[in-house]
This record gives sequence, C-alpha cells and structure tokens, in this order.
Amino acid sequence: MKTFKGRVIAPGTCEAEALVTHGGLNTLASFQKALQFGDKKTTCSDQNNPDLYGKQMLNKALCLPQTIGSTTGGMVIYCACAMERQPACMLFSNPIDSLAAAGSILASVWLDNVNMPVVDSLGDEFLNYVKEGMTIKVKEDGIVEVE
Amino acid sequence: MAMILTDEQQAILNGSKGETMAKVMKTLVMYGEAFGAEKLVPVTSKYNHLVTSFGLKMITPVYKLMDELIEAGLTSRQKFSMDPRPVDKNVPANFLQNIIFNKIMYTKQDFYETQLEKLGLMDKNAFTCTCYMDEVGNKPEKGEVLSWAESSAVVYANSVLGARCNRNSGIIDIMGSIAGYVPYFGLLTDEGRTATWVVEVKTTKKPDAQLLGSAIGMKVMEDVPYVKGMNKYLGEKLDDAACTYLKDFGAATASNGAVGLYHIENLTPEAKELGESLIAPDARVYVVDDAELERVKSEYPVVWKNKDAKPKLCFIGCPHMSLQQMKDWTDRVENALKEAGNKKVLVPTVFTAAPDVLEAFNKTEYADRLKKTGVITSYICPLMYMNNPLCGSMPVITCSNKLRTYSTARFYSEDEILVKITKEGK
Repeated sequence: MKTFKGRVIAPGTCEAEALVTHGGLNTLASFQKALQFGDKKTTCSDQNNPDLYGKQMLNKALCLPQTIGSTTGGMVIYCACAMERQPACMLFSNPIDSLAAAGSILASVWLDNVNMPVVDSLGDEFLNYVKEGMTIKVKEDGIVEVE
Repeated sequence: MAMILTDEQQAILNGSKGETMAKVMKTLVMYGEAFGAEKLVPVTSKYNHLVTSFGLKMITPVYKLMDELIEAGLTSRQKFSMDPRPVDKNVPANFLQNIIFNKIMYTKQDFYETQLEKLGLMDKNAFTCTCYMDEVGNKPEKGEVLSWAESSAVVYANSVLGARCNRNSGIIDIMGSIAGYVPYFGLLTDEGRTATWVVEVKTTKKPDAQLLGSAIGMKVMEDVPYVKGMNKYLGEKLDDAACTYLKDFGAATASNGAVGLYHIENLTPEAKELGESLIAPDARVYVVDDAELERVKSEYPVVWKNKDAKPKLCFIGCPHMSLQQMKDWTDRVENALKEAGNKKVLVPTVFTAAPDVLEAFNKTEYADRLKKTGVITSYICPLMYMNNPLCGSMPVITCSNKLRTYSTARFYSEDEILVKITKEGK
C-alpha cells in the first residue's frame, strides 16, 4: 500500500476501484453519452481518450492529471452529480483546473447528499503508481491510500 | 488560503440577502480559494456572456438551479448574451436528425430561453459565441473585469480587447454576475498575464489562423504565449482583418489547448503598451515554421469510418464569422466557382454568424450573391449540431479547429476547404 497526500477541494470519503487516465479528461466528450442518452453506467464516450474510452466511470475512483475541453465542463460535472452518474471520487495529480473546480464546488454547494470527494495536487508519482483496478481509499484530510 | 471578504460580502455569505444568495457567494468564495484568491473584485463590464445556451433535455439539474435562482428573486446585475442556439431549420438535416434534434435532444430550448429572459438575457438575438462583434454590442473595454465562460470569447476579450477574465465554467459565469463579484486570481492579475512562452513564427507565408492557433495551443496548453513574427502578416493595427484573424487563431489556442490569453508583439493592447516586459525571465521558446505546421496538421486523427467518404456538409464559422469575413468568403467562393466553371457549391455549405451579423449581412448586396452560390447562412452552433450520433457519423468538413477538436468533423485549411466546396466536391 502506498499513501499520497493532496489538497481537499470537495470533502468526503470513499473506497473505490481506480480508473486511470494519463491524458487530460475531456469532460464534455467523456460524459456525453451519460448525460445526453441516459447511459446509467457513465461509459466514457471520448473516442480520443484511449485510457478511458468505453469504460465505466460510475462509482470508480477517477485518477487524472486535469480536465480539458469545453468550458461547459463544470456544468457537466454538476449535472453528472445531480443525476447520480458521477465517479466515486476525482483524484488529480496536478493542481485542479478551473472547470473541474467549478463542477465539484457547484455540486458540493448546490446539491444535497452528494458524496464525490475531490482531491488535487497528488503529484506525478501518484499517477505513475496507480493502475486501473487498484483499490483506493480517500480520507477526509486529503490522504489517498492506494493498494 | 482563506479569502478576505468585505463586510458586505461576509454578510451576504452569512445570509443577509437570503439563503440562495448565500449559496451564490459561497460558490464564488470556494472557487476563489481553490486558486489562492485573496479577495473578490467587482465585475465591471456592461454585459455578461454565458456559455450554456442549449436546452438539452438531459440537463434538468441546470434548469432546477436556474429556477432556484429565479424563485429567490435573483437576477444577473448585467444583461447577458449567450452562446449560439443549437438548432436552425436552415441547416440541412434529414428526417431522423430532425426527430433527434426536436423531439429528443433539445426539447427544453423554449423553456430554458424563458428562464434566461427572467435572469437577464439581452434580447432574443443575443445568441452567438462572438458577442463582441459591433453588430451584437457586447464588447468590453480594456481593463474591465468579466465573468464570462465561453472559451473563444474569453481569449478574445483578454487578448484583443485587453479585458480581464478567467476561463470560467458554465454556471460559474452567471454566479459572478448575480453577486457582482468574481474571485481575483489568474488572468485577472498582472502576474497571471505574464507570458511564460515566447512563440517565434518563422513561416514563409501567412499561416492559417486556425492551424497556428492549434499548434500553439497544443504546445503551451493553459500558459500565456507572447507571439513574435506576425506583424508582417497582420500589421501593427487591430483593424478588421487582424481582429478576424485573431478571433479564429484564439479559438484554436483555447480549444486545442486551454489558452485564455495571448500577446501578439506590437499588435495586441498589452503587448503594445508593455512590450517584452510581459515576458517572464524563464519563458520557454517555441519556434513555428512551415514544417512544424505541417507536422501538427498531419497528426490530426481522421475519425470518419470511411476516410474516403464524400463530404456531406461543410461548416465555416466556428467561432461565428464577422460581417467582413462573410463578405470576403462570398468573394472567394464566387471567384473559385467561376474558375472551376461551376455555378453552385458542390458540398452543402453553411456559413454561421451571429443573428445580428446575419441581419447586417442580409442588408448588403453580398447576401444575394452568396445565395446564388448555394451557400446557406445560419446562426446555429455547429458543435451542437454535431453533438449526436447521427450527425457525428456524417462526413462533415470544416476549417474550424475548434469544431475538429470537439466533433468528428475533418479539418482542412481555408484554401483547401475552398477547393473542396467549389471544385472537387470530395
């Protein structure tokens, strides 16, 4: 087991299976199928992301460097949370970008009973170490355990 | 870092103007604290501009949030324009596509527009990504602080107009204009507007705006580039031609990367005023020559199922075209058709522009001339048109690098597009 310490953007705890992208997550492209066509497993629909395309994001510990793409990104994350189509948590190796920050903060402030912890600044070592399928535990204080 | 609020801001956060307004303030404070902002500053532009323009059936949570704002009596302190509408009957669509657009995807459009009117929409024509066109009238002044979100408009406002705005997300944009404040960080600060890249353009001819923007965006990502070597192509004055070029260039930097501000040596306002003092001491250098542009273009993936398919549609105008751009393209299409011995375009082609720009264009003699070439005009958002499986599987061509990035549309340079629609048809 290895432990990483990051900064809490949206509080909460969870335990989930890791899903990893080494390129930026294009939020709109990735959640499009879930939001527009009701895919209940939140299958990643971004054809340009070979790490995630076709894989279930729902209830996974999404490990990523940052999000990219349309500035509707924050709204997309907010909607995914409201529709209960969100990952279990979002774990960023880099400092969070403005679109992902907006989405997680909107969900945290405007929605009741949403638990999607968001932690950033976990470092490159985190993203190099974590592999798809590993078990991840997120603690309240930004501690992330990877087994 | 905890943000230092004024007494008024703290009172609002504590609920002095109601629970919903307190949530608006809390959102902005948390957003600022994520980026180390020490304070909120007033939004000073006359108008706002919002990115979420589409009444997509599935984004019910957005409508609920808007209802919560409306029911609390909260409206935007500024009137606002919006990104383009997603549907226009002028744009070719088959029976199935029309069903998908009108009966499945965008069934909430009228409802959402009614919400927007209550919140402060400028007028029914105010749907465009190029709100800063003179005909539209949402053009901020240098130094004004904005709460915009549309990436191509943000990068234009920061770079060409010298306004100050972060690359905000949808919904955050309206929170800023309801509160009248935005957190002070990033591109609002002098430090955040310092260039951390120097781009030296060494091409043998004027580079395609959308291709150069793409190359720079992919290289610098969210950083600020200071671009040298463009004055021989764009001059040293922000005239109509230069602004149009920079509109398309900037949209490509913002969508192929995440650029929110660029400086063009001796041309954009801050570069003119402050020169190379804008460049950080440890700035990295990126040289763009003909070979580099060719490399970038050759690496774009073609995601069509049949790579040799005949194009069924061509979009020009993402971001929306300027009036002069529409006139220039009318001349170009006419001349190319004449040279090729054809009377009408060989690929159904749509020019997109703001409703106000289209109205102005329709009052000129160019409108009839363009109509005779077979080109269609529309206020639609090409991205929204492409954003469904039926349109996504169509072979669509474009000279927009933003549309290429976010859809299955295939990119060609402006010169190549002209040949395809007037001579080759394939």
